[in-house]
Amino acid sequence: MIAINYQRKELSSKLLKIGVLLLALGFIIALLGYVIDHERAAFNGIILLMFVMSVGLGSLFLIGLEYLVGADWSVPFRRIMEILAIVVFAIPVFSLPLFANLHTLFHWTHIEDVMKDPILRNKMPYLNEMFFSIRSTAAFVLMFIFWWLLAGRSFGQDSTPTKNFRKITVRISALFMPIFAIVLTFMAVDWLMSLEPHWFSTIFGVYYFAGTFSVALAVVTLFAIYLNENGYLGEGIEGDHYYNFGALLFAFTNFWAYIAFSQFLLIWYANLPEETFWYLHRWEGSWAVISVGIIIIHFIVPYAVLLPQPAKSDPKRLKFIAWWLVFAHFYDLYWLVIPTYSHSGAVFGWMELYPVLIALGTILILFYFFAKNKNLLPIGDPKLPKGINFHL
Amino acid sequence: MENKIIYGVTGIFDTPDEIISAVKQVKSSGFERFDVHTPYPIHGMPKAMKLGTSPLGYFALVFGLTGAFAAFALMTYLMGYNYPLIISGKPFIPIPAFIPVTFEVTVLLASVGTVLAMLFLLFKFPNNSHPLHDTNYMKKVSSNKFGICIEAKDEKFSKMEVIEFLKKIGAKDIEVIYYDNDALNFKINIFEWKFVAFLVVSALVVSGATYIVLNKLMFAPPFNWMMGQHRIDAQVESKFFGKDNFSMRVAPAGTVARNTNQFKFSGQPELAEAKLINPLIPTEENLRKGMKKYDIYCSPCHGYHGIGDARLNGQFPNPPSLHSEKVRNWGDGHIFYVITEGQNSMPSYSSQLTNEEKWAIVLYVRALQRAMNAKEEDLK
Repeated sequence: MIAINYQRKELSSKLLKIGVLLLALGFIIALLGYVIDHERAAFNGIILLMFVMSVGLGSLFLIGLEYLVGADWSVPFRRIMEILAIVVFAIPVFSLPLFANLHTLFHWTHIEDVMKDPILRNKMPYLNEMFFSIRSTAAFVLMFIFWWLLAGRSFGQDSTPTKNFRKITVRISALFMPIFAIVLTFMAVDWLMSLEPHWFSTIFGVYYFAGTFSVALAVVTLFAIYLNENGYLGEGIEGDHYYNFGALLFAFTNFWAYIAFSQFLLIWYANLPEETFWYLHRWEGSWAVISVGIIIIHFIVPYAVLLPQPAKSDPKRLKFIAWWLVFAHFYDLYWLVIPTYSHSGAVFGWMELYPVLIALGTILILFYFFAKNKNLLPIGDPKLPKGINFHL
Repeated sequence: MENKIIYGVTGIFDTPDEIISAVKQVKSSGFERFDVHTPYPIHGMPKAMKLGTSPLGYFALVFGLTGAFAAFALMTYLMGYNYPLIISGKPFIPIPAFIPVTFEVTVLLASVGTVLAMLFLLFKFPNNSHPLHDTNYMKKVSSNKFGICIEAKDEKFSKMEVIEFLKKIGAKDIEVIYYDNDALNFKINIFEWKFVAFLVVSALVVSGATYIVLNKLMFAPPFNWMMGQHRIDAQVESKFFGKDNFSMRVAPAGTVARNTNQFKFSGQPELAEAKLINPLIPTEENLRKGMKKYDIYCSPCHGYHGIGDARLNGQFPNPPSLHSEKVRNWGDGHIFYVITEGQNSMPSYSSQLTNEEKWAIVLYVRALQRAMNAKEEDLK
């Protein structure tokens, strides 16, 4: 048994300052945006909502995954995921301005148009404002419940470990997995796919999940490396732990490409007009450049950077690629959402900055406040020494 | 004993922790050529041994890239240039359709190539002898002990010093391993009769089995059930689609070949003759192109020389000769019109031929006519 060498260290207030700065700047831009062009601001609000959901829900998924597969190496980082998962509580806040603008965002809320359109009329039992709100509310409530069950319960273990904690949490994780899949799919279909209510793709939930996993993992990687480099995680965490982050990021870069290409290939091959128009919108004018860009940004660059074995355990390259994947997820959401707002070509202005600023600011501030007076390692977990002592 | 060549010195340890600390001491004493044998992989071992990255990754990269480029180039050449075919309305070089195949070939070549490189370059196949085989040391480390072997190739190696060193770091059962002289002097003789007989027998068995499977078994039940499907064969009479008795579907009226516009002079041969001028000049290239297309599309009925003496003679109403006074006096536009619209039993060829190809055929037909009815000045 190796003793854990960990002294709690309060987070530097620099984190808070950067977070407040980002959030304040983003908030001003968002406010201006809603005043000047509320339609464009609302579409950017979807990017913000889905990014924060990716990080929050993705962190919960990573916690559940760790319990289910019984991973050792990630135990020292579980507390980071547990703290990060707190951003699920920001999701309803970011959805409020969107609920106020449902009519500008979603074509299917225009009842007179829907009644004229036989396809949309048949989709009405699902796509109506009442059921939409119920689905989102239910998803938010489920996220809160599972935040408590998977993350919230864990903090008390540091001082008073309870018997059977792991056994019970493994069962909760098993219950969480199908619920996670359903919640994530419904959210992806409701907030992203129904922007084009005529379009459908059965793989769309998985497509959003692929982005969710890689961005949640990238954010956890960033926190883990920065905290460890500044001595917040005690001693003993080094290249072999990082290697797992690198390998998983590499795997899910490939997974994203596989899913994205599967969706494209089937639609391209079948060539049915009710499916192809979604891609054709993304091939109009300057959107073609953005569409080609997503292959390079979300697949080729991370693939090439993470391919050599040393890259996966080198913190410098990992930090770079984790930031890159955060950017790639914003890019992906931009590519999914904005073509509905601007058909003829890509638009990018100061207003597109606010989802990035608010999302990053919120994550930093929530992390800072919630990590206060808490250990950054789950020191009550009997598996922690094994986790810290992990070697390839 | 004296004439044997020394391979190395081995020592045994009891626990994984002991072997890790032993490896660290061996490494810090400056030994480079040593190896560790354990019954199962021990976490942290590569780091303790300070192993670099394996060169195998580069083999995988090279083989993988070779596979990717080869597959992509082959498909591009075949589908785009060698035998262009329209498949479900896609371009001749449909890149998205190539990606799955490219991916498969990349993975195939990378994995097979890496394994073969490992076997032949790193494990020195077909050499299958190793001095550590059949030693007590190997028996122990493949059941429940952890062993280390310092090789004689190491620059710092000297038999007595290494034995002392291993004793000092706590190794048990220290053994000195020698090369087996028989194995060292062994030469592979590929003309040995046993080997040749084995090759002959396996060649006979494989080719015999292939012959039986492909020529007999595939035509025996149940494998031949597939031939008796409820399907319509091409060019056989069938009522499946309706009254016209064709088993193959004809293109809808007005279908044109790729990159071709709708024909403007439909039903107006005289106007076509007056307005249309052949844009091609009779160069060798154009005439060859016309000949190729004529031989494919026209010769089955009209014959290779346009006399109407073709291989389908008798099965359809025979077409009139292309050398008649009438056709020789037609303008180019009229021949173009007949190819495009059809005439009597002749169907339209506008879905198969582009305008340029039709004009090339017109050029070639003119050349055929000229060959049969040469003018005076052609003889000069």
